Amino acid sequence: MKITNNEYNKMLKAASPKTELHKTLPKAFIFGGLICVIGEAFLHLYMNYGASKETAAMLTSITLIGLAAILTGFKVYDKLAKHAGAGTIVPITGFANAVVAPALEFKTEGFILGVGAKMFVIAGPVIVYGIAASVLYGLIYYIMGTVVA
Amino acid sequence: MNYLWAFLVGGGLCLIGQLLIDLTKLSPARILVAYVVAGVALGGMGLYTPLVEFAGAGATVPLTGFGYLLADGVQKAVAERGLLGIFTGGFTAAAAGIAAVVMFALIVATLFKRGDKMT
Repeated sequence: MKITNNEYNKMLKAASPKTELHKTLPKAFIFGGLICVIGEAFLHLYMNYGASKETAAMLTSITLIGLAAILTGFKVYDKLAKHAGAGTIVPITGFANAVVAPALEFKTEGFILGVGAKMFVIAGPVIVYGIAASVLYGLIYYIMGTVVA
Repeated sequence: MNYLWAFLVGGGLCLIGQLLIDLTKLSPARILVAYVVAGVALGGMGLYTPLVEFAGAGATVPLTGFGYLLADGVQKAVAERGLLGIFTGGFTAAAAGIAAVVMFALIVATLFKRGDKMT
């Protein structure tokens, strides 16, 4: 049977579950917002102990990464993500989950090519394009600084 | 007030992500990459700093905040070390986060059972 792309897309649309924006959007908003509120609480905690705003923000990221890693280990984070969608993907905890989940999942393939390699399945591209963008931006920033000065 | 803005801005950034997933079928990996690159761009243009000052963790916890951190790091590194800073700034700024996530992943992978199903 030969089908065109257009026909295929129509079939795909009919077969795939309907996305219910009125359900997914509020959930993403609330879960994502709550994770940020937890982050804000840690931010204040660390600043109360005398950390600068920048240091406190970094400590907060490390704390959230640690918490997400443990929740991933207990299979709680992925259950949460089923409901929260982008609310649990977009925060730094989602990044941590994207590293820890495949690391654990591919434990059976050993600690070198399993855990060590597979933990970067999603984090790898994020780091690659994040760093590339930062180098590109650095270049522009450097040139602009030299031209103006 | 701090907490309210953190909730609204952080929630808003996640809502945009959900819209992208539902309407464009972008995979989570693509969302994460897009958010980090967007954060670098917004940070570079100086648009993200006001949001960080305004919403605190609501702006730094979403992955755009990670991109902002990279752009901010490059700016500081170029100011300090010139040309070399272009290459050192990003990784220097990201060092704590990447080292933490790698270490935690190793610990969890060592201590926890894989479990039959990973959803």
